[in-house]
Amino acid sequence: MDDFYREIILDHYKNPVHRGQLENSDFSFEDENPLCGDFIHIDLSMDDDGRVKDAVFHGHGCAISMASADLLLENIRGKSLEEVKNLSKQDILDWLGIELSPVRLKCALLPLKVVKAAVYQLNETNDKLVE
Amino acid sequence: MNTLISVIDIKNDFPILTREVHPGKSLIYLDSAATSQKPVNVIEAMNDFYRHSYANIHRGIHTLAEEATQMYEMSRLRIANFIGARSAREIVFTRNTTEAINLVAHAWARKILNSGDLVLLTEMEHHSNIVPWQMLSEERGIKIEFVPVLEDGLLDLSQYENLLKKNPKLVAFTHMSNVLGTINPVKPMTEMAHQVGAVVLVDGAQAAPHFPVNVSYLEVDFYAFSAHKMCGPTGVGVLFGGESLLESMSPFLGGGDMIRRVTLEGFQSNEVPHKFEAGTPPIAEVIGFGAAVDYLNKVGLQTISDHEHDLTHYALDCLSQIKWLHVLGPGHEYKGGVVSFTTDIAHPHDVAQVLDAEGVAVRAGHHCAMPLHQRFGVPSSTRASFYLYNTRKDIDQLIIALQRVKEIFG
Repeated sequence: MDDFYREIILDHYKNPVHRGQLENSDFSFEDENPLCGDFIHIDLSMDDDGRVKDAVFHGHGCAISMASADLLLENIRGKSLEEVKNLSKQDILDWLGIELSPVRLKCALLPLKVVKAAVYQLNETNDKLVE
Repeated sequence: MNTLISVIDIKNDFPILTREVHPGKSLIYLDSAATSQKPVNVIEAMNDFYRHSYANIHRGIHTLAEEATQMYEMSRLRIANFIGARSAREIVFTRNTTEAINLVAHAWARKILNSGDLVLLTEMEHHSNIVPWQMLSEERGIKIEFVPVLEDGLLDLSQYENLLKKNPKLVAFTHMSNVLGTINPVKPMTEMAHQVGAVVLVDGAQAAPHFPVNVSYLEVDFYAFSAHKMCGPTGVGVLFGGESLLESMSPFLGGGDMIRRVTLEGFQSNEVPHKFEAGTPPIAEVIGFGAAVDYLNKVGLQTISDHEHDLTHYALDCLSQIKWLHVLGPGHEYKGGVVSFTTDIAHPHDVAQVLDAEGVAVRAGHHCAMPLHQRFGVPSSTRASFYLYNTRKDIDQLIIALQRVKEIFG
C-alpha cells in the first residue's frame, strides 16, 4: 500500500499547492466523473509570451484525482499553449509514478481532460483528449 | 460466539476463497452483492454436462438431446420449487435480472400501457428497474413516480399509500436494496397495489439468494432474479410470471423455439414459458443454476438468512465504533447482508484501494443506484456485502483494514 499511496500522492492530496480560483482566467473548464463524484474545475491564465502563468483548481474527489490535478498544474506552469495541448496520458502516469487499473486511470485522467477541454475551448470533454 | 453454519465446511466448498490476492494476503470476499462465488458442485455440474451430455435441447431425438433437454427442464422445475411458483411454466429463463425486467417492459408494458398511464417505482431502485421505464416514458409517454426513501433507509409507506391513489398500472420495486440492505415488506405492499388494480413486479436479485422467497405466498405478478448472485453461473436469470399473465403477453424476442408454427405469412407463438425463450439458451448455465439451487437447499435458505443476519448485526456493531465512518440505511432489524458507508477521511475509491491491499474485496461507487445516492447527498459509497461463506473473522479483517485507511488518510 505504501507503493500505491506514495508520499508524492498523499502529499499532493493532503497539501495541494494549486488549489484556488482565478477571477480573470484565460481558460476555464470543469467536469465530473459521475460514476464516483470526482469533480474538478480548472482556471488558467497566460502571460504575454503565451505561456501558462497561473494554474489553479478547485473540486473534490479521491486522492488520485486530486493529486493528479495538483501535479498537472504544477507541471504546466511556464508551458506554451502548444505544449499543453500535446500533454498525454503518459505524462500523467509519469508524474504519478504508479500503475493504475482502468477505474483509477479514469480518476487520474480527469484533470487532464479538463485542462485540454479548456485550452481547446470545447463544450464538453471526451476520452480522445487523453489518449 | 459460534456462527450458525459450519462455515469451515462451507468455505471448503468454494475453491476461490483460498486465493492470495497480494503476497501474504488471503482473499476476504465481501462483494457478493455484485456477484457470488461458486461452489465446487456447480463448477463440476457444468463441466460434467459439457463432458457427457451436452447437446442442443427441445428438438432432438438422439440420446444426448434427450438427456440435455431433461436436465434443462429439471433445472427449471427445481427453480420453480425454490421460489414457490405453482408450476415450471411460470419460470422464464433470461440472461439476468436486468433482461427479466426489460422483458416485462417490452412484452407486457409496451403493449398494455398507454400515454399518461402511471408506473410507480421507488428512490432506492437499481438502474435496471428505472431505465427501462424511462425508456418507455420517452417512447410512449407513460408517467413515472417514485416512492421516497426515509432518512433511515426505509420506504415511506404512507407516501406509498398516497401514490397508490393515483391508480398506477404497474408497481415495481426491489425486495432488498443493493445499497442500503433494506428489506421491503413485499406482501403487504403487493396487496395494497392489487387493491388499486396495479400489476406488481419485484426485483429479487438481492433477496432470492439470501432468504426464503415464496412468490405464491407473496402474490406478486412478476419476480426477477439472477443465477450469478446465488452461487450459479453468469448468463442466466429468471423472470417468474403468473401463468395466465404470461399467457396473455406477446412474445419478447422472435426466432426459433418460441414458435409453434411458422409459414411465409406469419407465425404462431409457442406455449409458455417457451414463448419467451427464443434461440439456443445458455444450456450449461441453466444446469449449473439447478446445481446452485441444490446446494443452497442443502445448506438451507433460512440457515443462510440467520447466518447473514448475525454477521450484519456484528458488522454494524463493529462499524459503529468507528467515529469517522457512517453507514447508510437501516439498523440490522430491517437490513439484509449489505452494508454501504461513507467516511469523513477518504473517498470510497481510496477506501476500496486500501482494503484491496489488505486482501479485502469491497465495491466503491454508486452501485447502479445514482438516484439513491443523490437522495442521500453523497456521490458514492463503499459497500461490503456478505454471503454464506463469510464469517465474523472476515468482518474482523475488514475492521483491521479500515484502520489502515485511518493510518494513511487520517
